[in-house]
Amino acid sequence: MPTKTASPAKRNARPADGGHTPETYRRWFKDMLLMRRFEEKCGQLYTMQKFGGFCHLYIGQEAILAGMVTAMGQDDRIITGYRDHCHPLVLGETPHRVMAELYGRTTGTSKGKGGSMHYFDKGRHLFGGHGIVGGQIGLGAGIAFADKYRGGKQVTLCMMGDGAVRQGILHETFNMAMTWKLPVVFIIENNQYAMGTSVERTSNVRELYTLGESYDMPGEPVDGMRCEAVHAAIAKACAHCRAGNGPYLLEIKTYRYRGHSMSDPQKYRTKEEVEQYKQQDPIEDVRGTLLRNKWATEAELEAMDEAIRKEVEEAVKFAEESPLPEAKELWEDVYKTPDYPFIKD
Amino acid sequence: MRTIQYREALNEAMSEEMRRDPNVFLMGEEVAEYDGAYKVSKGMLAEFGPQRVIDTPISELGFAAIGVGAAMNGLRPIVEFMTWNFAILASDQIINHAAKMLQMSGGQFHVPIVFRGGNGSAGQLAATHSQSFEAFYANIPGLKVVSPSTPYDAKGLLKSAIRDDDPVLVMESERMYGDKGEVPDGEYLVPIGVADVKRTGTDVTIVSFNKMMKVALAAAEELQKEGIAAEVVDLRTIRPLDTATILASVRKTNRLVVVDENFPMVSVASEVAYRVQKDAFDFLDAPVLRVNQADTPLPFSTPLIDASLPNPARVIAAVKEVMYLRK
Ligand SMILES: Cc1ncc(C[n+]2csc(CCOP(=O)(O)OP(=O)(O)O)c2C)c(N)n1
Ligand SMILES: [Mg+2]
Repeated sequence: MPTKTASPAKRNARPADGGHTPETYRRWFKDMLLMRRFEEKCGQLYTMQKFGGFCHLYIGQEAILAGMVTAMGQDDRIITGYRDHCHPLVLGETPHRVMAELYGRTTGTSKGKGGSMHYFDKGRHLFGGHGIVGGQIGLGAGIAFADKYRGGKQVTLCMMGDGAVRQGILHETFNMAMTWKLPVVFIIENNQYAMGTSVERTSNVRELYTLGESYDMPGEPVDGMRCEAVHAAIAKACAHCRAGNGPYLLEIKTYRYRGHSMSDPQKYRTKEEVEQYKQQDPIEDVRGTLLRNKWATEAELEAMDEAIRKEVEEAVKFAEESPLPEAKELWEDVYKTPDYPFIKD
Repeated sequence: MRTIQYREALNEAMSEEMRRDPNVFLMGEEVAEYDGAYKVSKGMLAEFGPQRVIDTPISELGFAAIGVGAAMNGLRPIVEFMTWNFAILASDQIINHAAKMLQMSGGQFHVPIVFRGGNGSAGQLAATHSQSFEAFYANIPGLKVVSPSTPYDAKGLLKSAIRDDDPVLVMESERMYGDKGEVPDGEYLVPIGVADVKRTGTDVTIVSFNKMMKVALAAAEELQKEGIAAEVVDLRTIRPLDTATILASVRKTNRLVVVDENFPMVSVASEVAYRVQKDAFDFLDAPVLRVNQADTPLPFSTPLIDASLPNPARVIAAVKEVMYLRK
């Protein structure tokens, strides 16, 4: 039976705050709050026309990245689509450089050449930030291919939206990744809409974790509003890959509170539906756990929030004060080979 | 000097580079157990094993993407397309991903990959199997495009392509795989971006590349009998274009005909003609002419193919026109 996409995702059994240390909860709280505050600021700045381009916010989906980074290995690789402001942040890049990229400044992570949809961080194994829906699916398998070729133990976490799964490249990639047993976890962030198109309007197959079945790829649904569930699923999938068993598919059920991008009147869904999800907010959930267990006090969490807001303000100041690229930068980073003879007249 | 086939030259280039660098590998349809659809990779599975010579399913977009991802993560893939006609399915990965990665990552990720395969018409295969793609891909900043016409150039350019840190597209030809030519025993490279004057002359310049070089050289031979000395410039690389060699030749001969299998609209010939009128206008004694494939898809029937593709007679007619020898 297809799930009704417009109803809250079914909860996995909730571990009794189990298995995770207070430090992990604190980290989840801090990471998610940084993502949330950073992007709330992005939304404001965008509305104030401080920068241009597209601006796709991750707000509502933060538990996925928070739970993912505590479960994955230091050297594991990440690749994703264009809803990617939070990926460098959660991996440890400063909000300053992430913000500067949005502003198109030389101090940005891609020197202002990639913008909102193209965050890369080679040192932290973030392979982008890709604006072509689905393009990263094959790239992710290729990253895993290289690691396997060299006999490495890394796993690639290849993220995509529920819309991206309808691209043909998914099927080609799933097939080859399974045939060659590539160490890649395919992660569908099912926020139930691709722009204004709901999952149920794009296919008869709405249980997206079953999409690997024709290739014998194991898959399972995950509650994307709970860090614990994401952490557990990623840990299991990574272990599966690292043991040489080939790919694993996770459909992480989530929700974006904001529009697809900043120019989205959201006629395709109701306010009630959005509210329903906000009631399950992952940040509030982790806050509750921290307080209930007396792992943190209200005052401590408030102070954390204050510090994050301040850091975000500083990031904005840094971005606004950073230099814009000079015109000669146009000719840099197009070819690796030095002195490429561009046609200039 | 020994003579070997064009396909053998390509095979030597790949095999030598794979012996030299363990990060180089070959993937594509039928490259391993079948020894290559056109036998370019003959014997390579036996030498390098299935880890490095990899048969793929018929999934051009998917395996091109796996190649690009592997290149981002430190390998140097050679991706063979059975022909460039089929690589259209992979063009998103070539154009939107391989070509853009370095810039969009602010210089963090480069993509040292080679895409190669047969290009252009190849007999009576009809419209979908008969296209040339040099102009299409040369339009894209971030890519390099080479299109060798001889076994010597094919080997030297493919070796350079494999060592290059940028994505390089190698346009071969089903019609040339069996061609024989001199190739030295020792190692050599042909640099990317350097054209080659394959025949010297003083009366007219003919610029061409890939298998149209045969047409250009045959026309030059005929013209010689009539006392016309044509200089034939083989571009070898389409992007970046070696404009210096083209301009030097035109400044000497004052006349130019470009022979190009691409369709005429925004073709390689168009770009060459633009460059020459821009930088050698005062040296031209006649308008630049071009001989391209006709501005239609290439049909099946032989007389229609003959009416479309460049041939020596059309080139000779164009040369006579730029020399004002034609009625
Ligand atoms: C190949 C391609 N087609 C269309 C688009 C335009 N587009 C951008 S995002 C998007 C929706 C994708 O939705 P989904 O994969 O669910 O990701 P989400 O936005 O929900 O994170 C579309 C159609 C694109 N960028 N690339
Ligand atoms: Mg979606």
